[in-house]
Amino acid sequence: MVTVSENLADAKNAELQDDLRDRPGLWKQITSFARKQPLGFAGLIVVLVFICLAVFAPWLSPFDPEASSYEHMLAPPGTTSDAGTFYLGTDDFGRDVLTRIIYGARTALFVGFTCAIVGATVGLVLGVGSAFFGGKIDLIFQRIMDIFMAFPLIIMALSIVAIFGSSIQNVIIAITIPFIPRCARVVRSSALAIREIPYIDAARANGFSNSRIIMRHMVPNVMAPFLIMLTAFVGQAILLEASLSFLGLGVQEPVPAWGLMLKNAQEYIRSEPWIAIWPGIAITLGVFGFNLFGDALRDALDPRLRSNQ
Amino acid sequence: MTTDSTLERAAGTNLGETLVQVRDLKMFFPVTEGAIIPRVIAHVKAVNGISFDIKKGETLGLVGESGCGKTTTGRCMLQLETATEGAIYYDGQDLTKLTKQEMRPLRQRIQVIFQDPYSSLNPRMKIGEIISEPMMVHKTEPDAAARDKRVRELLAVCGLNPKFADRYPHEMSGGQRQRVGIARALAVRPEFIICDEAVSALDVSIQAQVINLLEDLRDEYDLTYLFISHDLSVVRHLCQRVAVMYLGNIVELAETDELFDNPMHPYTQALLEAVPIPDPTIEKARAHRVITGEIPSPMNPPPGCVFHPRCGIAVDECKKLVPEFREVKPGHWVACSQV
Repeated sequence: MVTVSENLADAKNAELQDDLRDRPGLWKQITSFARKQPLGFAGLIVVLVFICLAVFAPWLSPFDPEASSYEHMLAPPGTTSDAGTFYLGTDDFGRDVLTRIIYGARTALFVGFTCAIVGATVGLVLGVGSAFFGGKIDLIFQRIMDIFMAFPLIIMALSIVAIFGSSIQNVIIAITIPFIPRCARVVRSSALAIREIPYIDAARANGFSNSRIIMRHMVPNVMAPFLIMLTAFVGQAILLEASLSFLGLGVQEPVPAWGLMLKNAQEYIRSEPWIAIWPGIAITLGVFGFNLFGDALRDALDPRLRSNQ
Repeated sequence: MTTDSTLERAAGTNLGETLVQVRDLKMFFPVTEGAIIPRVIAHVKAVNGISFDIKKGETLGLVGESGCGKTTTGRCMLQLETATEGAIYYDGQDLTKLTKQEMRPLRQRIQVIFQDPYSSLNPRMKIGEIISEPMMVHKTEPDAAARDKRVRELLAVCGLNPKFADRYPHEMSGGQRQRVGIARALAVRPEFIICDEAVSALDVSIQAQVINLLEDLRDEYDLTYLFISHDLSVVRHLCQRVAVMYLGNIVELAETDELFDNPMHPYTQALLEAVPIPDPTIEKARAHRVITGEIPSPMNPPPGCVFHPRCGIAVDECKKLVPEFREVKPGHWVACSQV
């Protein structure tokens, strides 16, 4: 029979022999992520490029995004003038399309991240809380969520903008509110399953406080659905903002926004298609990049799916 | 404490220092119907009035088939379920009457080891965090360095490499995880540990190691165990006294050797006969008395003695009268009118 003291001695020996490998460093983790999730890595690069564009817009863009110039109206891509080269052409006000796309990334990412983070986080708190406390609280929360879910996303956003007027804050509110119940519902269903797992019992048997159980034991375990929702929301919010702007209910001229650029391009789509094509590509690429990255991030962050190779 | 002298006697011997006294514990789960306005249509009588004592330093085995209420008993003692009726005295305090705040200091003294080593550890926390968290909450170790030192010590005591502190549960095998579960239970220096099927999910060779570890720890730290299991050979090896449960009731309670050598209740007899002997010649020659019929639903247990529909020696009286849980021999309690 092995005694406790022998166990202690064995463990000391084991520590000396040390057959356990150490955790890999940060650089190794990044390269292994790129190798295992090539699509996700491509998504990450797209996301990073857009973030860089948004952050460094004043230094990267060759022109002023809001200054119109009647001499250079509807210039095709590659036109060179004394002011500089319009690589992606100009729109009907003579504004450089490339500049407006770079500045449009600011609007898109600001709205996208704000809506996704606020909406998903509020949804996370409501969802986990609702599942943890259960009973009447859960019932009431879920019925309220049902009411919000009953409205289609775009109708909900349209009505909020219609009531409060179209400003960037109202666009953000209009997009965030419908996100909350969607995230809350998904998170709640995961949290309900987690509440029944013995490690939550173990925490309760140890007398941990409700807030500790929620924050330390439940929230980290619903991170996978939460992150999927969050990254999908960024893409969706960019798309919604573009849709609202396209419908004239979102961002207003002369602020550069991709949806707004598409709206203005309607009249010229046959004769000057570049005005519509470039912002369209920007929207597609942005949404696609966030979705790819989101999927890969979920896999990478789940320790059960992670190995050290 | 309770004035009911039969209950007091029913709980077994009062010799030695008693740590836990369970008195007439009942746990009924309501069965509801209707989604919007739920109404109770029946109760699942998971535990239907059981009483027993656990002495300090003793290991009490609680055996029975699946669904007999042994795990529910353990959960009631941990206050994970609020008992419908009855009392659980721990060191003189009735756990069922304590508030959450009053219960907290006792939770440090009562720990639990769960059955499933895969789901009883939070997959998002490192082993070190899992073990040190109870110490942090109960403030048994003041600073992080002391906690870290104790985590390594506990891992070593439980036969694990202290380096595992930086690992996640999914990087370990079932046996290793169960050792982590044991280390977590030991972290706050408890005196009473409820082992809820603690070795049932492990394969036989690992089972033996973990049982030996539990035995060593009991001797080393003067622990008291409530060992819930369906594995009779494990119980025989580890426990001093054994209680046999059937459909929410304790049918027999005796010292381990007495119970295994001289089982009195027909259910216990049948249960022991069902254990195979690892020798084909003896096994073949042995007379098997198989219990006929299905286990009745705990929603609607039979009247009188709960075992009478399946009992070989039942008489008419058994259908009406609930048998008294009586002391047939010193320390040997049976709930059967026919012995």
